[in-house]
Amino acid sequence: MPFTDDHERRQPGTTDLAAAAESGGTLARARDRLHRFVDSDVFYSFRKSPITVAAFAVTLLCFVCAFGAPWIAPHDTNDVATLDLMNAELPPVWLEGGDWRYILGTDDQGRDVLSAIMFGMQVSLIVGFASVIFAMVLGVGLGLISGYVGGRLDHFIMRVADVQLSFPSVLVALLLFGFAKTVLPRGMQDDVAILVLIFAIGLSSWVQFARTVRGSTMVEKNKEYVQAARVIGRRPLPIMLQHILPNVMGPVLVIATINLALAIITEATLSFLGVGVPPTQPSLGTLIRFGNNFLFSGQWWMTIFPGTALVALALAVNLLGDWLRDALNPKLR
Amino acid sequence: MLAFIIRRLFQSLLVMVAVGFIAFSLFNFVGDPVNNMVGIDATIEERQRMAESLGLNDPFPVQFARFAANAVRGDFGQSFRLSVPVEDAIAERLPATLELVFVAALLSLAIGVPLGVYTGLHRNSPLSRLLLTVSLIGISLPTFLIGILLILVFSVWLNWLPSFGRGETVDIGWQSNLVSLDGLRSIILPALTLCLFQLTLVMRLVRAEMLEVLRTDYIKFARARGLTNRAVHFGHALKNTLVPVITITGLQIGNLIAFAIITETVFQWPGMGLLFLQAIQFVDIPVMAAYLCLVAFIFVLINLVVDLLYYTIDPRLRIDKRVHGQ
Amino acid sequence: MNTRAPVLESAGSAKAPVLQVENLRVEFPTRRGTLVAVDDISFRIDPGEVLGVVGESGAGKSLTGAAIIGLLEPPGRIAGGRILFAGERIDTLGRQEMRRLRGRHIAMIFQDPLTSLNPLYTIAHQLIETIRTHLDMSERAARKHAIELLFEVGIPDAGKRVDEYPHQFSGGMRQRVVIALALAAHPRLIIADEPTTALDVSIQAQIITLLKRLCVEHGTSVMLITHDMGVIAETADRVAVMYAGRIAEIGAVQQVILGAMHPYTHGLMGSIPMIDRDMDHLVQIDGAMPRLTEIPPGCAFSPRCKEAMPTCFSERPDLARVGDAKVACWLFEGDEKTGRRSEEANAAGKGSDPDAARLEAEANSDIADRAKERASAGASDIDRKTDEIEGRTATMADGTDDILVQVSDLARDFDISPPLLNRIFEGGKRSVVQAVDRVDFSIRSGRTFSLVGESGCGKSTVARLIVGLYTPSGGRIEFEGRDLARIDGRGEIEGIRKRMQMIFQDPYASLNPRWRVEDIIAEPIRAGNLLQGRKAIDARIAELLVQVGLSPLDGRKFPHEFSGGQRQRISIARALASRPEFLICDEPTSALDVSVQAQILNLMKSLQKELGLTCLFISHDLAVVRHISDEVGVMYLGRLVEWSDAATIFDAPMHPYTRMLRDAIPDLKMTGQDRIPVAGEVPSPLNPPSGCHFHPRCPHVEERCRREIPQSTRRDGRLVACHAFEEGRLPPSKSSIPDDSIRNPE
Repeated sequence: MPFTDDHERRQPGTTDLAAAAESGGTLARARDRLHRFVDSDVFYSFRKSPITVAAFAVTLLCFVCAFGAPWIAPHDTNDVATLDLMNAELPPVWLEGGDWRYILGTDDQGRDVLSAIMFGMQVSLIVGFASVIFAMVLGVGLGLISGYVGGRLDHFIMRVADVQLSFPSVLVALLLFGFAKTVLPRGMQDDVAILVLIFAIGLSSWVQFARTVRGSTMVEKNKEYVQAARVIGRRPLPIMLQHILPNVMGPVLVIATINLALAIITEATLSFLGVGVPPTQPSLGTLIRFGNNFLFSGQWWMTIFPGTALVALALAVNLLGDWLRDALNPKLR
Repeated sequence: MLAFIIRRLFQSLLVMVAVGFIAFSLFNFVGDPVNNMVGIDATIEERQRMAESLGLNDPFPVQFARFAANAVRGDFGQSFRLSVPVEDAIAERLPATLELVFVAALLSLAIGVPLGVYTGLHRNSPLSRLLLTVSLIGISLPTFLIGILLILVFSVWLNWLPSFGRGETVDIGWQSNLVSLDGLRSIILPALTLCLFQLTLVMRLVRAEMLEVLRTDYIKFARARGLTNRAVHFGHALKNTLVPVITITGLQIGNLIAFAIITETVFQWPGMGLLFLQAIQFVDIPVMAAYLCLVAFIFVLINLVVDLLYYTIDPRLRIDKRVHGQ
Repeated sequence: MNTRAPVLESAGSAKAPVLQVENLRVEFPTRRGTLVAVDDISFRIDPGEVLGVVGESGAGKSLTGAAIIGLLEPPGRIAGGRILFAGERIDTLGRQEMRRLRGRHIAMIFQDPLTSLNPLYTIAHQLIETIRTHLDMSERAARKHAIELLFEVGIPDAGKRVDEYPHQFSGGMRQRVVIALALAAHPRLIIADEPTTALDVSIQAQIITLLKRLCVEHGTSVMLITHDMGVIAETADRVAVMYAGRIAEIGAVQQVILGAMHPYTHGLMGSIPMIDRDMDHLVQIDGAMPRLTEIPPGCAFSPRCKEAMPTCFSERPDLARVGDAKVACWLFEGDEKTGRRSEEANAAGKGSDPDAARLEAEANSDIADRAKERASAGASDIDRKTDEIEGRTATMADGTDDILVQVSDLARDFDISPPLLNRIFEGGKRSVVQAVDRVDFSIRSGRTFSLVGESGCGKSTVARLIVGLYTPSGGRIEFEGRDLARIDGRGEIEGIRKRMQMIFQDPYASLNPRWRVEDIIAEPIRAGNLLQGRKAIDARIAELLVQVGLSPLDGRKFPHEFSGGQRQRISIARALASRPEFLICDEPTSALDVSVQAQILNLMKSLQKELGLTCLFISHDLAVVRHISDEVGVMYLGRLVEWSDAATIFDAPMHPYTRMLRDAIPDLKMTGQDRIPVAGEVPSPLNPPSGCHFHPRCPHVEERCRREIPQSTRRDGRLVACHAFEEGRLPPSKSSIPDDSIRNPE
């Protein structure tokens, strides 16, 4: 029986059967997909690594706390009217003088530290995500073009990237702030501060995306499936988006995860330096900065708790990124 | 080789011109320089004269050329905030930053490279796994938080080391921390703070490169020839990881200079970073411009050195790819 | 060429074996269970003997080599059996002892010479380091020894070149350095893992000759791991055929190659295209070697075996002695049967096997039948289009001189000059590689034209020029008499592009891993808007899948779920989707195992017949080219040197390069007849020789060849670009005797 292999032995091979499978519905296909995922090596490596599962849980918790803050936070720290100086500088509940209403204590204004952390984390996460998405779109786009088109354009983009890379993110962000501060009128500065922050952090991290995507694109571009698409007469843009992009997204995902952690840290750093988000929307970095003034006088909880939250979030995201890189790169296993 | 250097020099020059242009724009278009020089009650004639004497009425290229010429001589004008020539302010603070960066770079390489090699060679040992997890914490800890924690532990609770300032410095051509005991005590915490993040990066990078090289055919072939582990690991593998490691080290030094801003803020270390941060907060444009140019210059210099080091390591760059054997 | 020192041969059988492997088992624990990659194999290698280990990819041959030398990559491990070296057990040795053994007593050569050497150290450094690790020598003595070794492996000017870096050597020269490194401490056994696979056929011939000579001179034993039966036939004394981690057959090389007994070996030999004979269809072993996860019970070959009996599916056969060989097959367990089978196998030549012919016929009719079924079941609009296209092809095929594709004066340069600054400061020159240099040929409708040559000869560039992946720097490409460069209007050029399609080499890279098979096949249909409506497209996809021997349900799967051969079928289905008339195949089978290659070649041949396709076939494999083509063009360094019909060009090659190429092919028949030794290496295309590019390697070179580029001369129905041919001073093809003036570098 020439040209027969086990596929055919299972099915006599008629179009009707294919059609029948088709009408079997999307549900079956979704189940199939779920099954495939649960059975996949990636999910397996996730299940087998307790530390990754824990990191995933912590990340999830941070997300719930941050974006559920308006509903689940004990106090609304954005509402100045609820603040009472009588409750200022209360220690955490397990220390003497602690108050059950303020589990992690209060700051010098009488703000609940726990609630402040939840709202602060929201700001941190929004800035982190937005800047990573900005960097990703910019970097992936430029990387694709650079790698696919090549030539002088590639050369130019990569030289710019080199220069950009030699200026660390904090410095770029600071410079942009200096710029914004001098260009924009005072009144506008607070309104656009978050946008400037996102722009600054995003701008400083696009290079990594661009370089990785360019490298992978140059590899993929010479693979024969891309040439096959060119032979068919497909135009460069569809080839880039439909053929190359899906195949370079693996490393992009890893970089995005690691950069999310980095962006959150950078945001905190800038806010700590006093050039980040305005004090009216305190992020974790801002909280640490405020708390830092009271560190020496013994009110450590104002610094340590936001700091712990920040490190926990960054660490969890980093762990996820680390796992993702190993899981997507079977060579390392 | 010569062509390569010339190309690099040319590119460096381009970068410097671009940075200079940004700095110049800061000067001339951001805020009104005349306003910064004269009082608010100055008359229009006085302003005119000021603008004339500053050359603000000259065509744009002439102004930029003048700025560039001054910048090359190190003349960036007066600091608005400190009312001293910018170059003096920077000259005073440069040694503090450079010493800090030097010590931190030394620490991160001296600890990071061996740890990276170790974790790369024994990638399944318990110690490697521990080190890797700890290094992730290192990456997740923002520099400023490390500083705060170190201060809390070693200054506030244990009271072993000073929490801020340079302490006693000795003039050895510049004000140095590295020759007196008090100075050394003062530099420990800031240098540790600064190096920790870079250290973890160096370690993880060396490890990744090591793993990459250990998978190559020539390592397999070296093993198949019966070379000792020592020869394979340190002779063949390590040298091949050097090229990327040097690249990253170059970038790290740049990073260190930037992160020095944070460290100097936390420890009130009187360096360039602190000066720059204050300049940003007070919109002290000449200082910002000068800092920008200086940092760019340092980066360009480092990149050049890195490129030259490539040549000494990799013979493929040294000799043209001419293939004999016909 | 089968010169083996008789002294060694006789001494070998008397002395204790160098290597003895007993019941070796190599396992890989994975999360889905333990994979047995090498399953209970035993063999021995005598002193001075070359044992060939042959098998398709995944057969476990390389792992056997790695296990012997103690370099299994974790988590792979030796799970059973013993390995004895010179009578002493080595699989239980500690790491330090094993290291001392490696390189000193057992050496290894890897496949890719380009990556086997550390790029940062000179050849001298790497050689001296290896020598001094194993032998007690001073630096100076080691250096002297290193130079001697390089001289011995045939590196000219060794004293000077020893201080150069690996990147300054060509691939063939690097493999010589690798061999020198392996020989550095005079080991008793060399394990050579595909030592010539990455090399061109002419370099391969040189390396084989070198290895053989060195082994005879040093009395070294060799375990030669390869997938290439030809290399085995040229080199080995005995051969072990591996299949799915087991030895199927082992014995003297003559016996196994000329009288294969195991159905797998037998089929394998029949599936190799022959350079000196026309065959309509190759013997075909269906399916592919099972993945390690799904090795069937009983005989691993049973699902593919045409002579399988019930026992074969349940019980695993042991190696049983049959004559001089050992075979693991139930057909040879009973005594009387053994006699019959082995006799028959010995008597019958491979090709004249009546069984094979029968199978070929079956293969032929079966695919045709199925395709007809498909066609009649298709939707009506497809039918209409089919008729239209078939009608047109038929009219074109009527006239024998109906030329579909005409390439004239085709040229393509690649500027690889160093940048301007390097040219100014370092005296670098502008350099242009003429990848394709004024090539002329034409392809008649319905015929297969092949371009053949070694790597870098420009054959793939020609293919890419024709399909429009590159633009020509000069010359014309005409399709149905119309110059492709002069066609204005996107619609029209797209209409023509639709009628030509390409099949690529690497089945793993030519399908987008993120796309479903149905989307891959539908891409040309959707991009060209050839069919409207999902139903019509789905029907067409199903039809195509069946046409190439897959199931319509396979469309829902992703490429990674298929084996290499199946992927290549998918590639063919995609290429056929737009109903092209002209198919360009760029080394479509060179990444496949021999048995799978036979399947694909058979499929392509029958599809071509059935659909009336015109083909341009690019390959480096002369035997494959002979099998598939009507006409053949031979390229050397960008130029077409000879163009003739397939039988003529291989039976009586005219151009000296074609002759050399023809003689560089390993002799599977083991006739031992004299052949022209291969001289020199392909020069760098950057700096090709003046005049005739082939003159530095040519035995018939004269002054004019160095000066003047030869023009094609037509005589006896063939075109040859050679001064000697033109002047009529080429000796007749068959009596070509090695010229004294030209010396093999060995």
